[in-house]
Amino acid sequence: MASEDGQKAGGAGGENEGAEEMVVNPWEVAVKGGGKIDYDKLIEKFGCQRLDSSLVRRVERLTSRPAHVFLRRGVFFAHRDLEEILDLYERGEKFYLYTGRGPSSEALHLGHLVPFMFTKYLQDAFKVPLVIQLTDDEKCMWKNLSVEECKRLARENAKDIIACGFDITKLSSSPTLIMLVGKLFGCAFYENMVRVSKCVTFNKVVGIFGFTPEDHIGKISFPPVQAVPSFPSSFPHLFSGNDNLRCLIPCAIDQGCCSRIGYQKPALIESSFFPALQGETGKMSASDPNSAIYVTDSAKDIKNKVNRYAFSGGRDSIELHRKYGANLEVDIPIKYLGFFLEDDDELEHIKTEYGAGRMLTGEVKKRLIEVLSEMVERHCKARAAVTDEMVDAFMAVRPLPNMFS
Amino acid sequence: MSGYSKEQLLARLQELNINFASYDHPAVLTVEAQAKYVGHLGGALSKNLFLKDKKHRFYVISALSGTNVDLKVLSQRLGLGKGGLRMAPEEALQEILQVSLGCVTPFALINESARSVSLLLDQGFKAHESCFFHPLSNEMTISVNTRDLDKFLISIGRNPAYVDLEATPLVGKDQPPDLASLVPSETPSLVGAPEKVVQNQAPDGNHAPAEKKGINKSKAAAKEKTTGSAKKFVAATDVGKLIDEIINKTCASVLIEVNKDSEDQSKVSLGHLLEKVSQKIGPDLESIAMSFKNAAYIEGFHAGLHSVIDRGIQGLSSPR
Repeated sequence: MASEDGQKAGGAGGENEGAEEMVVNPWEVAVKGGGKIDYDKLIEKFGCQRLDSSLVRRVERLTSRPAHVFLRRGVFFAHRDLEEILDLYERGEKFYLYTGRGPSSEALHLGHLVPFMFTKYLQDAFKVPLVIQLTDDEKCMWKNLSVEECKRLARENAKDIIACGFDITKLSSSPTLIMLVGKLFGCAFYENMVRVSKCVTFNKVVGIFGFTPEDHIGKISFPPVQAVPSFPSSFPHLFSGNDNLRCLIPCAIDQGCCSRIGYQKPALIESSFFPALQGETGKMSASDPNSAIYVTDSAKDIKNKVNRYAFSGGRDSIELHRKYGANLEVDIPIKYLGFFLEDDDELEHIKTEYGAGRMLTGEVKKRLIEVLSEMVERHCKARAAVTDEMVDAFMAVRPLPNMFS
Repeated sequence: MSGYSKEQLLARLQELNINFASYDHPAVLTVEAQAKYVGHLGGALSKNLFLKDKKHRFYVISALSGTNVDLKVLSQRLGLGKGGLRMAPEEALQEILQVSLGCVTPFALINESARSVSLLLDQGFKAHESCFFHPLSNEMTISVNTRDLDKFLISIGRNPAYVDLEATPLVGKDQPPDLASLVPSETPSLVGAPEKVVQNQAPDGNHAPAEKKGINKSKAAAKEKTTGSAKKFVAATDVGKLIDEIINKTCASVLIEVNKDSEDQSKVSLGHLLEKVSQKIGPDLESIAMSFKNAAYIEGFHAGLHSVIDRGIQGLSSPR
């Protein structure tokens, strides 16, 4: 996918705030100089808009239910064309959701679950179907894993995804090259791949993804695969005849660049990054086990990781802490609670008390450990109930007769 | 029969971010022989027994080498009567655990064929920083701590069960066998090479693990269905079990809130209390119910699929 040039993060005006440079692409998120990520700059860079509170209220009105925690707290904070989607929804028209994951490791952490948790809410709230793409072929080409291993990882990741609570009667898998195998030729999905590929020049992909002549052609020919699920004609068994069906893609803001490839842009709703345990300056990575809480972590692991590695905004001594209060801006437990503690009032209370120095870091961490342990336990249990037959059915080409109910 | 190899197991442990040390040595068949090579390294040696009961159900008992394991007592604690447990025959070792003699290990449960084997772990393991086990080969010993062993077990769908193996509780009319929940609910049915399987265990430790067996669609048409497959979806779509779980969770949560309330000075209204309960258990119940719905749908999906295959076999065209 993309490897955007870090220098371009300065914005159209060319202003340069100090020595800070932001690198944001699907593989790496970092701020040189250790500063914070500037989301306003990202919004400008990717051509989106802020998701303001009036839009959130509109979503609540249209769906007759409270907005998801991630909307209320600004985790999903940017969008493109979301208002159009809401307009058409209000008129009684439909849309579908598309999101995905590159299954490069079996170990899923909480940051990975965030987009799926949000997508589940969107599916429940708007009562629309969802297509999920597990890009096993992408990972095969970029990470040099064997085809068999990628297929296996895709299946294992599918189990974690389904365990997020998706209704399999409204869930379809987007075929990837590996799964299509012999069915590839003559199939609508591939036909769209051909169409999209013809619309994109080599120069364009080099510009967007930074390819060099040394990159193998598998990488260069892959991008249309990710773009094509945004067109309903790619799924004749789901949306036959409904060529005007719009698509909404919930994703992290670094993933949005790939949608520039298609000729009919899908709508996007984008999230900020889920911070690593050690702090706000980067995002969680599967290659650093202590940067994240994994869905396979035991209660003991979670307790250990939060207590030892979660970056605290508390002061160095109790006296200083009681005097000045905690620095909520950098405190990771507070941020994590912002994602996962449902109760708005409780969160406010904790922030007030902790910020004033009346509550100590230990208490905040304790509450976080409770919240995370519950979540992870629930996930584990749900995942244990996902059978291989369920994954088979998920990956089968099967109609979804009740997908809009 | 494709059992996991030592290399595959070790790769899996690495994927799970499990720290382990490994020691190669000549093949050993006994704990004493193993001790010669790794006994000085400071970890706790384990002795592992592969047992079966009269109803052809299998158990792996993994204990500290110094723990006294009395099969008669264990048999009673499991509710199998006085002489219900004996060593499993060698063929079972090959067929079910897919390891060789002298190589019984909790890690053998990674194999599908071992899905209905119950695992009892010595509580004593928890007191040691690291414990020694064979990683599917008796030419190697690995040392892991119990946290990581649990992580591995959970990753293969198991709920780790630690037991005080030396305890001798009374078992009688008014004292039910305390380990009865660890008795498997299914006997292993070995049909050719079963596809991957997931063990379904409710963490609120009610009864013996429920099981499902995967059937490869293309093989199903060619193969006769076995007795095991009849129970295949039963546990996951068991309405009684679902309702029990919902009721238990709700009651437990109400009790907790009521107790909390009676401790607090400020009394809250019943409505407020019930609202807290529903907030607390809502996500869990939704998750349970969604798993149930998905499992029921999958049952229907496969029934439909097989009915089409059967019609094909009988020379009838599939329904439009």
